[in-house]
Amino acid sequence: MTVDTLGRPRGKSGGAFPLQALLWRVPWLRPALLLVPPLAWFVLIYLASLVLLLITAFWTIDTFTTQIVQVWNLDNFRVILTDPAYRLIIGRTVVLAALVTLTDAVIAFPFAYYMARVATRRVQTILFAAVLLPLWASYLARVYAWILILNHSGVLNWSLQSIGLPPANIGYTNVAMWVVFSYIWLPFMIIPCYAALERVPDSLLEAAADLGARRWRAVRDVVLPLALPGVAAGSIFTFSLTLGDYITPILVGGAGSSFIGNVVYTNVGIANNVPFAAALAMIPVAIMAVYLLAAKRLGAFEAL
Amino acid sequence: MKEHDTERVRWMRLATTAAAALIVVTACGSTSTAGVTTQQPPTATMKPQATIGNGEGALNLIAWEGYVDPSWKDQFQKDTGCIVNAKYAGSSDEMVTLMADGGGGQWDMVSASGDADLRLIYGGDVKPMNPDLIPDFKNFQTYFQTPPYNTINGIHYGISLQWGPNTLLYNKAKFTTAPTSWSVLYDPQYKGLVTVPNNPIQIADAALYLSKKNPSLKITDPYELTQAQFDATVALLKQQRPLVKKYWDLASDEISLFENGDAMVGAAWPYQTNTLQADGKVQVADTIPSEGATGWGDTWMLATKAPHPNCAYLWTKYVSTPHVQAQQAISFGETPVNTKACAEMESLQAGSCAQYHADAPGSYFQTIKFWKTPIATCPDGSQKCVPYAQWVTAWTSITA
Repeated sequence: MTVDTLGRPRGKSGGAFPLQALLWRVPWLRPALLLVPPLAWFVLIYLASLVLLLITAFWTIDTFTTQIVQVWNLDNFRVILTDPAYRLIIGRTVVLAALVTLTDAVIAFPFAYYMARVATRRVQTILFAAVLLPLWASYLARVYAWILILNHSGVLNWSLQSIGLPPANIGYTNVAMWVVFSYIWLPFMIIPCYAALERVPDSLLEAAADLGARRWRAVRDVVLPLALPGVAAGSIFTFSLTLGDYITPILVGGAGSSFIGNVVYTNVGIANNVPFAAALAMIPVAIMAVYLLAAKRLGAFEAL
Repeated sequence: MKEHDTERVRWMRLATTAAAALIVVTACGSTSTAGVTTQQPPTATMKPQATIGNGEGALNLIAWEGYVDPSWKDQFQKDTGCIVNAKYAGSSDEMVTLMADGGGGQWDMVSASGDADLRLIYGGDVKPMNPDLIPDFKNFQTYFQTPPYNTINGIHYGISLQWGPNTLLYNKAKFTTAPTSWSVLYDPQYKGLVTVPNNPIQIADAALYLSKKNPSLKITDPYELTQAQFDATVALLKQQRPLVKKYWDLASDEISLFENGDAMVGAAWPYQTNTLQADGKVQVADTIPSEGATGWGDTWMLATKAPHPNCAYLWTKYVSTPHVQAQQAISFGETPVNTKACAEMESLQAGSCAQYHADAPGSYFQTIKFWKTPIATCPDGSQKCVPYAQWVTAWTSITA
């Protein structure tokens, strides 16, 4: 091929590689071609299903035939907001998600601090493996393991009784759910905290020391504010994962342990009332939208 | 492995049989005053075949997982040359969907449960069958020759297969004598020791109990409740709620609740009793209390457009024989409808006949109210009964 002094293929006569020529001449074409497939996927598969969910929520079903009736109305939302049963379930889900997030933050922060700033390289590797190892085992197996610990004749009660204490009997209660959720999602809090803590420059701590700050003062006034976005990022995981779960309530929950997810499941699987399930599914979406806005203000997205 | 499968399937069936809910008898939508049982299904006039011809070489079945097990399917294929293609459905709803348009010329038979049956029959998806072609039909328990969920106005829309009751399971250490009433599930004395299935159809169990305990409510059928009867039942279940340790979703949940001492009494299937007794960790027994119990019944039904009707009849004939009935009963943990299957069950597993009530006298079936979908049409033809959709809503607020 003949090439001019600028290295540019000679226009229309250079037909051997028309695509390259085109890409070269139209600079925005290459990124556009690269982005279209993933964007199309995102829009079609992800956003479209969310939009469909939103639309369905405003329909209803014929109670006799359970066929979807495409009449726009707000009945589903009215029921969700006025029936005390649904308020109770939504409240329980949100409160437990918040409790789990708080618990995980309290446990994860010192752990991540030790991992990031105190432990030797070797210990750090071991701790990392220890944090990630449970993720290799099935979620279900880990929840069942907790049932064995918490039930009436489980390890917990056995241990308590063998040291002369009364049994705790927290199996199949909301307390059991709190414990299990806190365990299951802990790694998702530790990793972002670790990432944020590792990024705190040593020079800042040295400066704090030079200015007379003792260790705790430095942690409180220097490390904590800098690591807060990491905690906020981790809380997005722990909060949203708890909010959307429905398996743990089935397995370790008791008589009053239904989550939003369980009611959605019942309405899709048993009642065939997809519009109502869609309306109920919008509640966690709305809660997460508010939560993400709050997390953004805390700088969670910079820490991710 | 087998047990695990069985358990999973059972659970799915419970959840979905509950889909009974959905049972929307589409055909009777137009006739608002006629009771379901008095209306003629669309295929009522189709005359079933009088003889079984040569097999067509293939048979396409929609079945519950485990209902077309190689341990009896292989022999059938060898005997008849009908190659069986089975699709396992996960729910009654899925069965009804697959059977749309008379099986679409693709499917021959479906092993439908009581909650799906009326829907299939009134949808015109299944056609009458000729019980004279099934030699073992005369050996069936009388009730299962013409159960209301598959026989309408004397026309058989399928041949009964297996059934099971929903029993009262109790820990023998806590109950030295067998409880005789479902009232133990509502007794504050057993607070925190009670477990019941997490399923809206459970409302029928409470209604059955109330029908005896509170005759002034005049409940005659636990699946056909007026608003007042329904409200009384829901109120009872709301009182029960603080006593319940857990509403179980999986049969295995209930088994571990009993094994670990978290529950002492609850509503169950024979499967749980058998598993717990086999494990032997706790001493349990089950009973059908004086008020009676609810139960389920499955039927092989013939698609209106079945492409292989002769193989379908050969199959029905085969699975009705005592040996196959016994095999399936023990493999799945349910009860055969063929009374002759008892001896076969004993030879496969000693004691299994009595264990599954396969030898029960006819009077036993008067005590079982088989699952059917609650619909708005009351027995008197009025539209005053509470439909299943409301059962689901009420169940959510009971268990919330």
